[in-house]
Amino acid sequence: MAGPELAISDLQVAVDGKLVLKGLTLTVRGGEVHAVMGPNGTGKSTLAQTIMGHPRYQVTGGSITLDGRDVLAMKTDARARAGLFLAMQYPNEVSGVTTANFLRTALNARRDAKDPVRLKEFRDELDHAMDVLSIDHGFANRYLNEGFSGGEKKRNEILQMLLLKPRIAVLDEIDSGLDIDAVRIVAEGVDASRGPELGLLLITHYQRILNYVTPDRVHIVYDGRVVMSGGPELAETLESRGYEWVREELVPAVEGSPA
Amino acid sequence: MATRQQLVADEYEYGFNDGDVGVLKFQKGLTREVVEEISRIKQEPAWMLDFRLHALDIFLKKPMPNWGADLSALDFEKIVYYVRPSDRQGKTWDEVPQQIKDTFERLGIPEAERKFLAGVSAQYDSEVVYHNIHKDLEEQGIIFTDTDTAVREYPDLVREYFGTVIPSEDNKFAALNTAVWSGGSFVYLPKGVHCNIPLQAYFRINSENMGQFERTLIVADEGSFGHYVEGCTAPSYNSESLHSAVVEILVKEGARMRYTTVQNWASNVFNLVTKRAVAEKNATMEWVDGNIGSKVTMKYPSVYLVGEGARGMVLSIAVAGKGQHQDTGSKMYHYAPHTTSTILSKSISKHGGKTTYRGLVHMAKGVEGAKSNVKCDTLILDEQSNSDTIPYTEVADSRVEMEHEATVTKVSEEQLFYLMSRGLSEEDATRMVVMGFIEPFTRELPMEFAVEMNRLIKFEMEGAIG
Repeated sequence: MAGPELAISDLQVAVDGKLVLKGLTLTVRGGEVHAVMGPNGTGKSTLAQTIMGHPRYQVTGGSITLDGRDVLAMKTDARARAGLFLAMQYPNEVSGVTTANFLRTALNARRDAKDPVRLKEFRDELDHAMDVLSIDHGFANRYLNEGFSGGEKKRNEILQMLLLKPRIAVLDEIDSGLDIDAVRIVAEGVDASRGPELGLLLITHYQRILNYVTPDRVHIVYDGRVVMSGGPELAETLESRGYEWVREELVPAVEGSPA
Repeated sequence: MATRQQLVADEYEYGFNDGDVGVLKFQKGLTREVVEEISRIKQEPAWMLDFRLHALDIFLKKPMPNWGADLSALDFEKIVYYVRPSDRQGKTWDEVPQQIKDTFERLGIPEAERKFLAGVSAQYDSEVVYHNIHKDLEEQGIIFTDTDTAVREYPDLVREYFGTVIPSEDNKFAALNTAVWSGGSFVYLPKGVHCNIPLQAYFRINSENMGQFERTLIVADEGSFGHYVEGCTAPSYNSESLHSAVVEILVKEGARMRYTTVQNWASNVFNLVTKRAVAEKNATMEWVDGNIGSKVTMKYPSVYLVGEGARGMVLSIAVAGKGQHQDTGSKMYHYAPHTTSTILSKSISKHGGKTTYRGLVHMAKGVEGAKSNVKCDTLILDEQSNSDTIPYTEVADSRVEMEHEATVTKVSEEQLFYLMSRGLSEEDATRMVVMGFIEPFTRELPMEFAVEMNRLIKFEMEGAIG
């Protein structure tokens, strides 16, 4: 099978009637890591939530396809089963449901009902993934995200990604709120999952996670559009010159260009 | 969201009936003659008949309670007060009439008995049709029998305790039960005896407009331990049936008793039950109370903590669907120092159902060091459903600790989105939130009951089955 391809074309999205994405275009293929950077409030999280189909985000124009299939026509769960994954910025808590139970249910949701994952096989994979992320094995029996620290929640998101093996994963500010050691552990987990069958879209405000996960492409988003794309060096430029640079030098060019 | 509406359609899987299988069925309505006839059939001693007739007077005098659920559809004249389903009680299932046996097979009782129960009592309409207990338990002096048999075979024990925890004067339905009671269980755990596997009673209503009035009395003598479990189902009829039980429990010094109920009556049953325990010094009483079925349930298992260091616990779950009102809760009376009580109430309302938590914590004078903790959690699945929390406290002593916490949650869009983003369908995601919500309850059930409970809840959450 050919590697996955997520194609976002001229995407326009409104939240509560206000247009947030104003024509965003981006393509991620298997084996690639794309970083999406930009100041707060420019539409980065909107992009992540829209890809996964959050009901609050209204697509008013453009398209998203996965391997040519229309993602926008699918419900959230169908998108997940088609191979999309979103590591959330603020993962929800589900009391009374252990992390292990949840993961097993999620794995089985993408398998034939007559062929559920074997317990032993599941435990082995879970243990292995927890080791990669330096997560204590007792973690599996804690209720999903309940009482987890910020760092534990983020690691749990990556743990889910390692087990569910998506084709395209969107990581929404997976590094925010983490100390430097936690960023390194999370990033190493992400890095370990790289391969031709996985395309990664790394949404981040800061450059630091990119020290561990080197992106193939960096896109700067401002006011609902990609205003500049480049190689990993673009992230470094951004880090040294700050987002003011984007506002002052890149935006007028965009706004001056024909619609 | 449309699918969330669809998946909470109310279905009931035990709504079948066996037709008219009774060998003796009274006319509808309650009179002095009905009470006398029940007593005569049972060949009771005079004191029990007197007890019944006194209770009948109280029942007739007491007004209907007007503070709880709506009972206006309940007509005492349209209820059948006694149905004898079989001529004798079986000690083996082969002695039970085939049709009745088939029903209990369908409910999984004989299978459960073979697998993990210490004893089983199966009541069908007014009488216990099957009763059995492991031999080795009998040899340890444990008594587990139906209450009618107990009146005959253990008259002194029964007379000493019967009606002492819940007197007929207590409330209208306790009086009604006392007047017309039939069946139920009598359990006696001798001093220091631990019965580590559960004793189970199963209550099945079959006849239309049936009134089932079982009477249960449990005495856990000093230092003993026991676990009693009951389940209940009934056919679905268009007219109302009434289940009005009285359960009295005495937990003596240092003993521990747990009473678990998984009530899954059909949605035409009024379930108006009085359950109360007295816990002596350092004794522990635990009520684990699941209310899934019925049209209306009013039930507030309570513990009178009369000895120093006594503990009371109520862990309850109520699920109210279309046309259902679960008005449940607990009462804890602290009458001695250093007594503790814990109430954890979980309720789920869906498809227009209503749940009410109604509870009381009473701290008498002189109960230094008493502690109480009450937590009520409600989960509301849609906009048509609602819930109330009505906690009362009466405190006559300042040297006590009391905590109360109440939460109301809705299954949120964010939570469903999170779970669905991992591939779970909306139905599975909702179910997962619900199962997680009741987990503190199911975790307290014996393994096999937890499995059954989870199955029931899953079934409740299904769309159309069967």
